[in-house]
Amino acid sequence: MTVNGNRVLSVENLHTYFFTQKGIVRAVNGVSFSVDKGRTLCLVGESGCGKSVASLSIMRLIATPPGRIVEGRILFEGKDLLTLGDAEMRAIRGRRISMIFQEPMTSLNPVFKIGRQIGEVFMVHEGMKARAARAKAIELLRLVGIPAPEQRVDDYPHQLSGGMRQRVMIAMALASPEPGLLIADEPTTALDVTIQAQILDLLRDLQRRVGLSILLITHNMGVVAEMADDVAVLYAGRKVEAAPTAELLASPLHPYTRGLLNSIPGNPKYAQAERLESIPGSVPNLTALGPGCPFENRCPLAQALCRERFPEEMAVSATHSVWCHFAQTPAT
Amino acid sequence: MPTSIPASATSDGAVETRPAGPVPPPDRDDTPFHDQWVQFTQSRAAVLGLGIVVLFFLLALFASVLAPGDPIAQHLDAQLARPLHGGYLLGSDDLGRDILSRILYGARISLLVGAISVSISITVGGVVGLLSGYFGGLVDLLVMRLIDIMLAFPSILLAIVICAALGPSLQNAMIAIGVIGIPSIARIVRASVLAEKEMDYVTAERSLGASHLRLVFSAILPNCLAPLIVQATLAYAGAIISAAGLSFLGLGAQPPTPEWGFMVSSGKEYISTAWWVITFPGLAILLAVLGFNLLGDGLRDVLDPRMKE
Repeated sequence: MTVNGNRVLSVENLHTYFFTQKGIVRAVNGVSFSVDKGRTLCLVGESGCGKSVASLSIMRLIATPPGRIVEGRILFEGKDLLTLGDAEMRAIRGRRISMIFQEPMTSLNPVFKIGRQIGEVFMVHEGMKARAARAKAIELLRLVGIPAPEQRVDDYPHQLSGGMRQRVMIAMALASPEPGLLIADEPTTALDVTIQAQILDLLRDLQRRVGLSILLITHNMGVVAEMADDVAVLYAGRKVEAAPTAELLASPLHPYTRGLLNSIPGNPKYAQAERLESIPGSVPNLTALGPGCPFENRCPLAQALCRERFPEEMAVSATHSVWCHFAQTPAT
Repeated sequence: MPTSIPASATSDGAVETRPAGPVPPPDRDDTPFHDQWVQFTQSRAAVLGLGIVVLFFLLALFASVLAPGDPIAQHLDAQLARPLHGGYLLGSDDLGRDILSRILYGARISLLVGAISVSISITVGGVVGLLSGYFGGLVDLLVMRLIDIMLAFPSILLAIVICAALGPSLQNAMIAIGVIGIPSIARIVRASVLAEKEMDYVTAERSLGASHLRLVFSAILPNCLAPLIVQATLAYAGAIISAAGLSFLGLGAQPPTPEWGFMVSSGKEYISTAWWVITFPGLAILLAVLGFNLLGDGLRDVLDPRMKE
């Protein structure tokens, strides 16, 4: 891997395990990805594939115990976040890396006015006084497209709709004085479709204006198509395919990626059939993963080899890689 | 082109939609606790409790104006005067002191004892419960076992032990009552913290760089206030009755302080001849405790989500 001055975040061989009474849950099992300045990387996969755990690992917000990052490096602007002390990490959270959560309904503190919650970032990181922080909060509310921010700033979360709350969450994330990276963990999943479009639109717009790098976590291929520059597909804690968005959508190689794309309703290229395809079976039990490929039990191409060992990286091009023993080269 | 895949958000028209036009002024009825207040006023018992509590606070506040006489001045020529006789509305005691005046001034003492001892319980129990619940682990385990041990003693017995060790005085009674109130407050706060700390907003605030102390005291604590307020109100009632109990036993207020428990204690000798000496202070205790309990129950009904149908 060449040294890249534009590289904001680089996660290398991350292993995050949860040590439970039922055994070790290998939620993230050797995943690597990176985000360049001003670009958007999407982590894609179904529930339980480790995408949220990966994002929480970057922020070092994994509940310990039972969770622990057992191996790997998380380089943010060249600094390994896993080696930082608590105070250093706090100085990065909210200041250099911000996060938007999936559930805008529960991610705001119900007892405080939204203005105070946004302003808190300035008070924590810049020692700003309440009055000045409030003025900044109004500014940010305007930036994220909330009408009449001077009045809304004094609203409590329960007075706002889901879309409004997600805008408030984004405003909080943007309160960062020198934003390096925005992690958005399924930012639109809890919202209805028109609001989803507005929020994605807003993120794209802000990315252009502020030069934000975004790590977007989603299970929605539509969101990927609209937002991502690059995509990494995760399955059961492993990365199975990575490519620039256009390339991945045009020629998916891993059987899991194809399965995901085939199960999108109305996709002209992948769903000619009347019936919507689905991937048979469900995600394997993460406590009982063998040495093989975790997708083996659901995979149409699976053979004995798949059970024995996880495949090596197969680089199709400089930017497109797939981890599959039997992946066919483009277009099947 | 990637756009050959339809986004789940399809309509381009909707994308540009921004809520437009004048925004209606926010409805100020929508402030937190407005619903709870409406619900509270619908319960007669709760409103009665609030009324009694407010009444006692007013009586205590204006005791010096309302009291017909000096609560301590002895009139040895008017011992055990009957109620409504000789200018004594509620009679006089064995030393000729006006019982009404003593009850009014006694309200100050009882409410003060309640306030101070509940403050001690809330401060210590609250901090212990917050930290224990938030950090968990070994500290939590040890602290909670200690709390269990304290709860194993009957609380008045524990108060007597503390008072006996520190020496009988009103001040030590407040400390003792404050200490015996710690375990229940600590438990209730810990339980709320355990529930609140798993909430998304706590992770969200951590992701903004908030420190542990800031999370505990400025994010989580305000969300635990409802059960705390309920418990504090009920503890206030308990404190009044404990203080009266300790004074009755001679471990609390010392003569000639006009303290309700002490008045009951000194009146018990005349119970067969002068019923009023013991009855009116007893009623004052009853009424005050009843008021706080009704208020506490009413608050619990509206603030505690578990009590809702």
